Amino acid sequence: MDFEPIITRGMGELDLTDIDVYRRQGGFEALERALTGMTAEQVVNEISASNLRGRGGAGFPTGKKWSFLPKDGRPRYLVCNCDEAEPGTFKDRMLLDGTPFQLIEGMVLSGYAIDAAKIFIYIRGEFLDGSRVFRRALDVAYERGYVGKRVLGSGYSVDILIHRGSGAYICGEETAMLESIEGKRGEPRLKPPFPAIAGLYGMPTVVNNVETLCFVPHIINRGARWFASIGPEKSPGPKIMSVSGHVQKPGNYEVPLGISAGELVELAGGLLPGRQIKAIQPGGGSSAAIFEEDLATSIDFDSLAAKKTMLGSGGFVVMDDTTCMVAAAYSLVRFFEHESCGQCTPCREGGQWIARMLGRLEAGEGSQADLRVLETIGATITGTNLCPLGDSIMPFLGSVLNRYHGEFERHVALQGCPFRAEEPAIA
Amino acid sequence: MRPDRERRGRELVAKYPRPQSALIPFLQYCQELDGYVTPESIDEAAELVGITPAEVESIASFYSLLFKHPVGKHVVQVCRTLSCMLRGSGDLQRHIKQRLGIGHLETTPDGEFTYEEVECLAACDKAPCLQHNLAFEYDVTPQKFDRLLEQWRASEPAAAFPAE
Repeated sequence: MDFEPIITRGMGELDLTDIDVYRRQGGFEALERALTGMTAEQVVNEISASNLRGRGGAGFPTGKKWSFLPKDGRPRYLVCNCDEAEPGTFKDRMLLDGTPFQLIEGMVLSGYAIDAAKIFIYIRGEFLDGSRVFRRALDVAYERGYVGKRVLGSGYSVDILIHRGSGAYICGEETAMLESIEGKRGEPRLKPPFPAIAGLYGMPTVVNNVETLCFVPHIINRGARWFASIGPEKSPGPKIMSVSGHVQKPGNYEVPLGISAGELVELAGGLLPGRQIKAIQPGGGSSAAIFEEDLATSIDFDSLAAKKTMLGSGGFVVMDDTTCMVAAAYSLVRFFEHESCGQCTPCREGGQWIARMLGRLEAGEGSQADLRVLETIGATITGTNLCPLGDSIMPFLGSVLNRYHGEFERHVALQGCPFRAEEPAIA
Repeated sequence: MRPDRERRGRELVAKYPRPQSALIPFLQYCQELDGYVTPESIDEAAELVGITPAEVESIASFYSLLFKHPVGKHVVQVCRTLSCMLRGSGDLQRHIKQRLGIGHLETTPDGEFTYEEVECLAACDKAPCLQHNLAFEYDVTPQKFDRLLEQWRASEPAAAFPAE
């Protein structure tokens, strides 16, 4: 595909963990430009005008999020969300250890825009290697004056603190992340108040995803108009899509939003010979499936929402016709069951019961009664929880139950999995 | 408080705007030294940040990478979520359990290996994947696992869960 990568430029060819290599490809020019010639408000306005939408999952306009902070003199915090754990998503991990200076530049620029003197980066506990790479890069950035007191001789001073997680998907939810940084259980807060008003330590706080922050220097360098001209008007810019599952070349692909699902499958090498698409999760484990007839669908926030699914984090998981839909749904529901923080009953109990029913079906012990419950239970779970985790239990299951109902019936009729009679896919 | 813990604890507390933020980093540090979060560390953490030991236990229990019981010198965590499942994680899990003779969240009687099936590790393009003492291994077939197992057995790992 004829598209110039923006935030993945040079990755895999150059050693972008070397600050001079990063500088040679234009690194830190945006930061210099902003600190010497732009007010914080101008940076916010530029990002607002670009219509950059958050790349972590929710797709909220970044500039708007920044502009919600009250001007009341309280200290402000920026938190970089590097707790990537959405099933099928592996882009932030690559950005963290592949191009740490780009992330640092994006963090400092964004910190300048919202006037934060302290920036936290919450790195998923499992990313030990990545946090070490980032720590080394941060030390160099301090030495070179890109972070710390009076950045590049300007009036802006900022510190970046690395905070490692300790194993909890839910800490990727922004208010759970704030609780976790405060040293508590990672339980999401009731909103409002939103973090912009009462966030970390009760102070005005912005939480931005790694990929979102990586785009900020490029928008400052090349202008909002350039960014907004890529892809659909209301959902512009490039996005890293993490493609995995049954494709020949799984990997991260930075693409302009607006390419079709089918093009993305082809970009990732297509299917194995003789296989057909059975289902695709376009936006991580929380998203409803799309199917072969949806391959022309545009990959962007609004087009996928119109298909009752979502772009989410960009975790694009391809399942071919050898995949058992009961096993796939079981794997995902079990994920949410495991990761529920337990505060809300529908999520805590619902996830558990659905996982048990799917486990029974896959093991050949399911009944018609289980199927009836699966068909109706969604209404009692979705929309009844504090945070989106509970709402993530049903979308994939509901979509494949609807589309491949016969396959679920066959598990009951056969009292077993028709795909792998001897060795179920789930151990 | 033991002097080394106190020194590190104070450093961590000084890093943050509020002391309790140092709690989890402190427990990570203790786990690196002791192999798991011991009752003594829980008491020390409570003292450090000014909450009760029961509160520390509740918080520690929330996080899957903080172990409240001794684990093996080698901790093998295999991804079981969808993208890895689609590429053979089920077979890999069966193979590992059979080779080690233990199940999910169990430790071999000689204290060498702990095995755990974990959720998505964000390495779905190189599935199935696992972590050995938090180091990634990619595209792990049963044959590759056998080779890794020989290497691990011959090695002397420093800590199953390094704090930094």
